[in-house]
Amino acid sequence: MTSRGAAEMHDGERRFGLVRDPLLRGRVLRAGPVSMRVDPRVLAVGGVLALVALAVGVVTLLTGTLEISFADVVAALGGQGEERVVRTVQGRRLPRLLTALLVGGSLGVAGAVFQSISRNALGSPDIIGFTTGAAAGAVVQIMLFGGGVVETALAAIAGGVLTALVVYALARKDGISGGLRLVLVGIGVGAILAALISFLMVRADITDAESVQRWEAGSLVGRGWPHAVSVAVAVAILLPALMALRRAVTYLEMGDDAAHALGIPVERYRFAALVLAVALTAVAVAATGPIAFVALAAPQVVARLTRRGGVLLLPSFLMGATLLAAATCSASDSTSGSAPPWAS
Amino acid sequence: MTLSTTPPTDAPTGPPVHTLAARDVQIGYPGRTVISDLSLDVLAGEFTVIVGPNACGKSTLLRALGRMLPTAQGQVILDGQEISRYSTKEVARRVGLLPQSPVTPDAITVADLVSRGRYPHQRLLRQWSPADAAAVSGALAEVGMLDQADRMVDELSGGQRQRVWIAMTLAQETPILLLDEPTTYLDVVHQIDVLDLCSRLHAQGRTLVAVLHDLNMAARYASHIVVMSEGRIVAQGSAGEVVTPELLGEAFGLDAVVLADPENGRPLVVPRDRRVGR
Repeated sequence: MTSRGAAEMHDGERRFGLVRDPLLRGRVLRAGPVSMRVDPRVLAVGGVLALVALAVGVVTLLTGTLEISFADVVAALGGQGEERVVRTVQGRRLPRLLTALLVGGSLGVAGAVFQSISRNALGSPDIIGFTTGAAAGAVVQIMLFGGGVVETALAAIAGGVLTALVVYALARKDGISGGLRLVLVGIGVGAILAALISFLMVRADITDAESVQRWEAGSLVGRGWPHAVSVAVAVAILLPALMALRRAVTYLEMGDDAAHALGIPVERYRFAALVLAVALTAVAVAATGPIAFVALAAPQVVARLTRRGGVLLLPSFLMGATLLAAATCSASDSTSGSAPPWAS
Repeated sequence: MTLSTTPPTDAPTGPPVHTLAARDVQIGYPGRTVISDLSLDVLAGEFTVIVGPNACGKSTLLRALGRMLPTAQGQVILDGQEISRYSTKEVARRVGLLPQSPVTPDAITVADLVSRGRYPHQRLLRQWSPADAAAVSGALAEVGMLDQADRMVDELSGGQRQRVWIAMTLAQETPILLLDEPTTYLDVVHQIDVLDLCSRLHAQGRTLVAVLHDLNMAARYASHIVVMSEGRIVAQGSAGEVVTPELLGEAFGLDAVVLADPENGRPLVVPRDRRVGR
């Protein structure tokens, strides 16, 4: 082991544990041949966000028309206590909370990926048409085939993915996508789809129009276990896949040529990240309807809190989750008639 | 240790000779052929500078040598094998390329940017090995930025920033370095700064290829000059052989006198002043 000389000396003898490299801002977590870079500031922001999300979760479980004490909530989570209380906590408040956390998190992650790929803070899915595409899919389904929770969700996913493929194909020039062209084409396609939705609304009968409008507003009311589970499955599959691409996607920000020079197959990775993030967006929209702002804001707030560039997936997830859960919680708490659309 | 590359501190003797060459290549963009029937051997251990008028295909050639552009016909051969048969990462372990205007990422320190040069040597679960640390500090020392490692890149001057980008490419530890107009947008002092650095790297035994605009800088620093015009190589050789009034007229359409540089005797191009009657 000593024969490796200078290289080995550089960060000391420790082969295990958290190593500080004098060159780097972060730390290196080392376990034999495995080494991961960790950034204490990013970890701290992530930790605080997780705590806030947890606090919001507790408050959410405690609030509602039925007054339930903290002890009873804890008992109800374990299936103990009065049946009405267990039903309220396990069947209504918990799945709605989880849906809010997972949908918000998914949107935050998707926003981080899209903003990086488009190299533009405006490149979030609600602005570049993917959310509208998912909504259009759902609207067409409700209008033409009469709705149904699962069918509407599938139509939303199909709409989102289809829109993304169209935007990607139109934004591609000489085999290269990305950048401002993606944003502009996305806004254009989104506008066309919004027009399509309006057109269908005008032609629709009153009951269809009403259910479309309710869906289009984006809401967490009445979201139960099927919604939470569907988004959880999507997150469990798509988030790790995106995390594997995270560094390469971050390096794309240096420009296609610079990334390619480092050995990143630029177009292939960009397309893969795009598909994964679109799928995440579409599943989220399918569960709750289109919810604006979270995807746009979460990565930007994270970038300011961490003072780091690049794609920060987990902090963006936690930020999106916290934002949407807090919004849902505060909205469901307001007993006046002026609750915002996602809670009405 | 599974790394197969040679460490940066290797003595000039020993490391295997790496070769890069273009064979009868035709390169272009959809609907437009920029280069046709061009062959070039990148001479090992030389500091090759490619010059030529605007749009003559010099950057295109460089990008094809770094596999950023596919060849429509012909082949680029890297270490005896067609370059497209390597994985993108494998090419990045053998050839480093600094593009013309890379985008400086937000909120990044000098060391963090340079450490990105280690990407082709890293894996998902091996993000920072002792070899990475050694390569990054070595690269920073080579460009004279080790004491600035903690600074934010966007606080640096243009010349310092370019040195950081070169350090990133050095951290890749490739035997061959391609630099696409490394002095563009820099003032004269910083141009000389960057080219002195290139010259030092060359003296240490690295193979360099740079595209430059400035003929006098090319004549001063290159050990081998390649002159391109309209997608072809018009001439190549030492500065003394290549930088002649005849060739400048042929390749650039430039009417110039060539003097001996009082500093080093190399050719010095002085364009004729058309306003002065002769």
